[in-house]
Amino acid sequence: MLRVHTFLKMLNMSTNASYNDQGGAEAAVEVCTEGTSTTSGTGAGFGLFSTDFKKNDELKEMLESNKESLKLEAMKRIIGLIAKGKNASELFPAVVKNVANKNIELKKLVYVYLVRYAEEQQDLALLSISTFQRALKDPNQLIRASALRVLSSIRVPIIVPIMMLAIKESASDMSPYVRKTSAHAIQKLYSLDPEQREHLIEVIEKLLKDKSTLVAGSVVMAFEEVCPDRIDLIHKNYRKLCNLLVDVEEWGQVVIISMLTRYARTQFTSPWQEGVSFDENNEKAFYDSDSEEKRDETETKPYMMDPDHRLLLRNTKPLLQSRNTAVVMAVAQLYWHLAPTHEVSAVTKSLVRLLRSHREVQYVVLQNIATMSIQRKGMFEPYMKSFYVRSTDPTHIKTLKLEILTNLANEANISTILREFQTYVKSQDKAFAAATIQAIGRCATNISEVTDTCLNGLVLLLSNRDETVVAESVVVIKKLLQTQPTQHSEIIKHMAKLFDKITVAMARASILWLIGEYCERVPKIAPDVLRKMAKSFTSEEDIVKLQIVNLAAKLYLTNSKQTKLLTQYILNLGKYDQNYDIRDRTRFIRQLIVPNEKSGALSKYARRILLAPKPAPLLQSAFKDRDRYQLGTLSHSLNLKASGYQELSDWPAVAPDQSVRNVEVIEPQVNEWVPTVGKSKPAKSAKSEDKFYSDSEGEQVDRKGSKNSSSSSNDSSSSSSSSSSSSSSEGSGSEESDEETSDESPKSSSQSGEGSSESETDQKKEKNKKNTDSKAKSKAVNSESEENNNMVSSSSEDGSASSSSDSDSDTEQKKSSSRSKPKVHERPPKEVSLLDLDDVAPSAPTTPKASAYSPSLLSDLEGLSLSSVSSPMQVTVQPFGPVKSHELLHHMSGKGLSARYHFPRQPFLYQPSMVQLQITLTNASDQPLEGIHLGEHSPASLTLHRFSPVERLEPQASVTVSMGIDFNDSTQAANFQLCTKEAEFSVSIQPAVGELLLPASLTQADFEKEQGKLLGMNETSATITMAEGHCSSAVLNKQVRSMANLGEVITGHNNTHRFAGRTVSSGALVLVTVEKREAADATITVNTDKSVMASMLLRDLKQALASA
Amino acid sequence: MIHSLFLINHSGDIFLEKHWKSVIGRSVCDYFFEAKEKAAEPEDVPPVLQTPHHYLISIYRDRLFFLSVIQTEAPPLFVIEFLHRVVETFQDYFGECSETVIKDNVVTVYELLEEMLDNGFPLATESNILKEMIRPPTILRTMVNTLTGTSNFEERLPSGQLSTIPWRRSGVKYTNNEAYFDVIEEIDAIVDKSGTTVCAEIQGVIEACVKLTGMPDLTLSFMNPRLLDDVSFHPCVRFKRWEAERVLSFIPPDGNFTLMSYHVNAQNLVAIPVYVKQNISFFESGSGGRLDLTAGPKQTMGKTVEGLVITVHMPKAVLSASLTATQGSYTYDPATKVLVWDIGRLNPQKLPNLRGSLSLQAGAPKPEDNPSINIALKIQQLAISGLKVNRLDMYGEKYKPFKGVKYVTKAGKFQRPACVAISHFST
Repeated sequence: MLRVHTFLKMLNMSTNASYNDQGGAEAAVEVCTEGTSTTSGTGAGFGLFSTDFKKNDELKEMLESNKESLKLEAMKRIIGLIAKGKNASELFPAVVKNVANKNIELKKLVYVYLVRYAEEQQDLALLSISTFQRALKDPNQLIRASALRVLSSIRVPIIVPIMMLAIKESASDMSPYVRKTSAHAIQKLYSLDPEQREHLIEVIEKLLKDKSTLVAGSVVMAFEEVCPDRIDLIHKNYRKLCNLLVDVEEWGQVVIISMLTRYARTQFTSPWQEGVSFDENNEKAFYDSDSEEKRDETETKPYMMDPDHRLLLRNTKPLLQSRNTAVVMAVAQLYWHLAPTHEVSAVTKSLVRLLRSHREVQYVVLQNIATMSIQRKGMFEPYMKSFYVRSTDPTHIKTLKLEILTNLANEANISTILREFQTYVKSQDKAFAAATIQAIGRCATNISEVTDTCLNGLVLLLSNRDETVVAESVVVIKKLLQTQPTQHSEIIKHMAKLFDKITVAMARASILWLIGEYCERVPKIAPDVLRKMAKSFTSEEDIVKLQIVNLAAKLYLTNSKQTKLLTQYILNLGKYDQNYDIRDRTRFIRQLIVPNEKSGALSKYARRILLAPKPAPLLQSAFKDRDRYQLGTLSHSLNLKASGYQELSDWPAVAPDQSVRNVEVIEPQVNEWVPTVGKSKPAKSAKSEDKFYSDSEGEQVDRKGSKNSSSSSNDSSSSSSSSSSSSSSEGSGSEESDEETSDESPKSSSQSGEGSSESETDQKKEKNKKNTDSKAKSKAVNSESEENNNMVSSSSEDGSASSSSDSDSDTEQKKSSSRSKPKVHERPPKEVSLLDLDDVAPSAPTTPKASAYSPSLLSDLEGLSLSSVSSPMQVTVQPFGPVKSHELLHHMSGKGLSARYHFPRQPFLYQPSMVQLQITLTNASDQPLEGIHLGEHSPASLTLHRFSPVERLEPQASVTVSMGIDFNDSTQAANFQLCTKEAEFSVSIQPAVGELLLPASLTQADFEKEQGKLLGMNETSATITMAEGHCSSAVLNKQVRSMANLGEVITGHNNTHRFAGRTVSSGALVLVTVEKREAADATITVNTDKSVMASMLLRDLKQALASA
Repeated sequence: MIHSLFLINHSGDIFLEKHWKSVIGRSVCDYFFEAKEKAAEPEDVPPVLQTPHHYLISIYRDRLFFLSVIQTEAPPLFVIEFLHRVVETFQDYFGECSETVIKDNVVTVYELLEEMLDNGFPLATESNILKEMIRPPTILRTMVNTLTGTSNFEERLPSGQLSTIPWRRSGVKYTNNEAYFDVIEEIDAIVDKSGTTVCAEIQGVIEACVKLTGMPDLTLSFMNPRLLDDVSFHPCVRFKRWEAERVLSFIPPDGNFTLMSYHVNAQNLVAIPVYVKQNISFFESGSGGRLDLTAGPKQTMGKTVEGLVITVHMPKAVLSASLTATQGSYTYDPATKVLVWDIGRLNPQKLPNLRGSLSLQAGAPKPEDNPSINIALKIQQLAISGLKVNRLDMYGEKYKPFKGVKYVTKAGKFQRPACVAISHFST
């Protein structure tokens, strides 16, 4: 103890300084010599300890030395000790000093040691804390993560506040890896101090919103451990989790799927409909819990699956193809517990596949199949042969397969199964043979057609040489005879004959019981058997003795003439037996059957008591009741409730409010907002309308805020002002549809007229913008926002509907041009935006495109949202023109319909992970085209936001619609069908990699910082010779930005140009640096963790800059 | 989830323990030893056990038990799958997974276990990532390490964990860029005494060895993907492309990996490449018996059958066998009662034959059941299902890789170590 104290003091003195300073080393040597002297002083009797001490001292010396290699060697030996389970806690002070060592491996090993022993040496462990606190601030994410890992693994209650702080900080770390670690740390802290629960839930809530696939699994794990009952935290993240699932790492998938199973059972109504074919009598089992009342309800109301319920089923299905057996099992149980009856069989094939995996996997999967096969034979019947037993299977696998085969047996396949069973009975594994006999017995009772066949087969087995087989057969025959109390006296006789040969007690007892029970059917044999038994009574096993007493009693009642003496003899033997059970039984039987003066009223009923017809035993599966546990769980495997098991609730009779999962527009999670298309929920739409109103009311404040702050709002206002010019073009437009609009709503046209006059300044900046484009775009967006509000309106009516009604698009317009409306009582935002535009125009070399309202709305939303990922920059709206438009459908192949598309390079309003596209549809034929809409798309997993159908397109007219496609950051083509009323045309859009980006605004410092994090694998570069004329900064700038939708980073250098952007779908940062060298040489560097994109982007950039 | 791990050798000694949460005493293993005592074979120990305070989930591989302790509800398959992943990682690192090897590399093993789990939840299980953090030992490096005292730890910190492609190592460079794919198919069949196939199925795996520079994006397509009835993929394969186009599109991990495994739906129409005529009989007197085995080719599609091994599980009473083989050699292990006849290449002109007498334990009754026979074989350049790789394309990198596809057919249950499958159950 003394030694430890000196160390503590010493360490305290040299707090943050190097521990290897002179004084420390000296002191250490002193202590060591002290240690050795004491051990040498102890006698030889403590030899064992002294060598241990010596060893520890040697290690200690090594750790004190200045040589890294010695220290490392010492640590390795210590780890060896720990691994063997030996106690190395004594070395704690010496080890803990090395915690700040530079050598990574040494440090790592010290960490391992610390985590192992900190709990035992709490005071000393505290010395290391400051090191970790410092490391938590390290620029390297891996160091931050590992510091958090160790800090949270030290189970010292004093540091709970420090841990809490560290967790909170790390939960908003830039790096998803650190955030993942913090999710793990939550669980550790919770187990250390459950009182922190409330604070931890806050962190969990925050992390649940994280969009990284790396974090999702771990945070759900933390959720399951800390607050599995807080299902309300999941609502808002439900859809995101479903959508991310495929990309989450496999272990996370398991946890998420099982959590979502539980969630779905509380939120959706049962998809198991009455009347829809469920297997036989099993329907009852499922509906037992449901009340009669509910049944009526389901009958009256046709079942409509909640789209979210469907989403879960759809998104988990591909995971059945996972190589990870746990994932496959998780999906299988999800389908079992959640899918409509007819869809569950989708998992069969995958489960059968798991049977080819390791023995242990087979064991668990077979258990689950056994439970499933009781309720749904049909699911596994086609795969019956997969459950045939192999001679090399271990016993428990064999037994499970047998169980399943028995469950699957029906009239049709019983003969095949029995033939298979016959083989098994001959198995060398006798326990298995016995189990097979029991299985045959079960088949015989379940399927009445084969009862006789089975019975005969079993009787044949009675002549088997193996006694376990015979014994088991006897027991099973006994049960079978009981269920079929017909004339089977032959069998009983046969068994009586065999009796002498059988030595297994259970079998002997069974035969005796049978003879006794049916003694009237074998009147001649029974007394004879009793006679034999009387002889051997003393040498029999206890259960046999009991049955002898029973037999005697029964015979006494039916045939007292022949057996009276025998019975008395046996009862006398029993009276003095060693076993008190037998003595008890004998006494009882004597009182019951032998009439004497003392015997009471009972003896009158002796016959009725002993020879009452007895109910046949039920032969049923051992897995009968396992379905009370969720499949795939430990509890199911063990058939008992494991600690921490979460019950799966019954379906609610009425689904809870499904709108809770809608991620509202004003919520921070703008991106998650999925419009519910085509479903009119009046309550909901009213609500969202309210929202929009309140938005417009509070608009002024918003705009004020945004004016001064972010550049994105500048941009947004500029684009909104330009949208006014778009409406001006609409007003002055020459197209029919336009006129329609203005006819219908004069107000709107007057507005736009005003708008046009006011935004004249903008007009000239829009040289390269096509009128049609802008007009149509504003329209398209109108129509989309319309759809948003769940109001069905044709696009030709959009303009009027939106401007004259009080819908949200009105609100948008107001920003730019509708201030003339009397009801908008605010300081004209128009002027603000104009001012802003003027501010912005010089710095932005290119003109913002006149276009839709979407950016402005989006930026408003951004202003409202608290960006959950703390990133120093935001995706800015800094569109760049001119835009290339591409052919989508030629009018020759499109039967008059031609389509062109371009990327407006705007964030897509409805789903920020989608790339916005504008499609210009032109009717080149001489007949109007009707009902233009999107048809099927492939790959099926592609998510896209459809444009609202164009009801009618007059000849030579054209209309522009906008749609969003989630390319998932790949340049894989999106294929879909463009349909008119008459025909369907398959079209395909393959985006250039540059279109999958959105510009981001970064300061130079931020850029360099981010670039520093994306080195190594995440960096690709190439050197090129630039084409002539590309060397000037402006041109180069233009070239790069026309190629890729990137934002320029203003730098001081003339020769280095930096561009930044984020990928649309995942928001990964893409940094491009073009560094000009001498002459026309330049180096292009792309930093991003999307390596495939990086190489493609680099290729495109090279082309753009090298070629003319 | 996973609380602790104990490694236990065949004779029941705990030779390594690792705890991810607070320490659990070794005494918890006593419950496991109890179950092990009861079981006849190590394979018969139930994988999931229950003790008063903990739950034990164990796997048995390479004559070692990996026993994990858990305290609360967790999907048993999750734990089992993870333990197997641990074994595979050890095999990957040290070439084999045995007590000696683990003891020799105890520090690396400990480092691996530390990286693979955090608080009992898997952290990094991809071999590519682990190898970036902890270098696998080689003889050369071990020598250098001992001489210079340097470590087998990567000095550089990995970035792979942080990218969207967690399975691929960063900065891969090769002078020879190669990608090899082995299509290995196994027939799994039960044939009864008369030679009728009771059930037969074809299982296949595509093992890949990809050594390509940079970040290649590969696309592998088949001539006849419709053959594939059921598939499972390495996480690198894009589900969506498979569903839509039936091609395998993936950014491969570096080195060896299993790209996919599949099942071919052929009902019972699987052509079994060899037949075995067997005649094993025991004399009534119970003193001995005769054995006569002949193997011959059945449907081999013109390819030669190699590595033919016939294994017979004899009844317990058989003491020894004195046999003569016209080809190959045989061994009989009196302890396990397994007769192994290693034939090698099957010559269709001269069929191999094994015959002779068996001697039985004195006084033992005549064995009533005929022994089961397992056959292992290998056919090169043939995928018995007829699956053919159409082409392999590479995107994202400029160079031209060398590509190769190899087809092998085996007989065998899916579990690799024992390539046994065509069981002749006698009736």
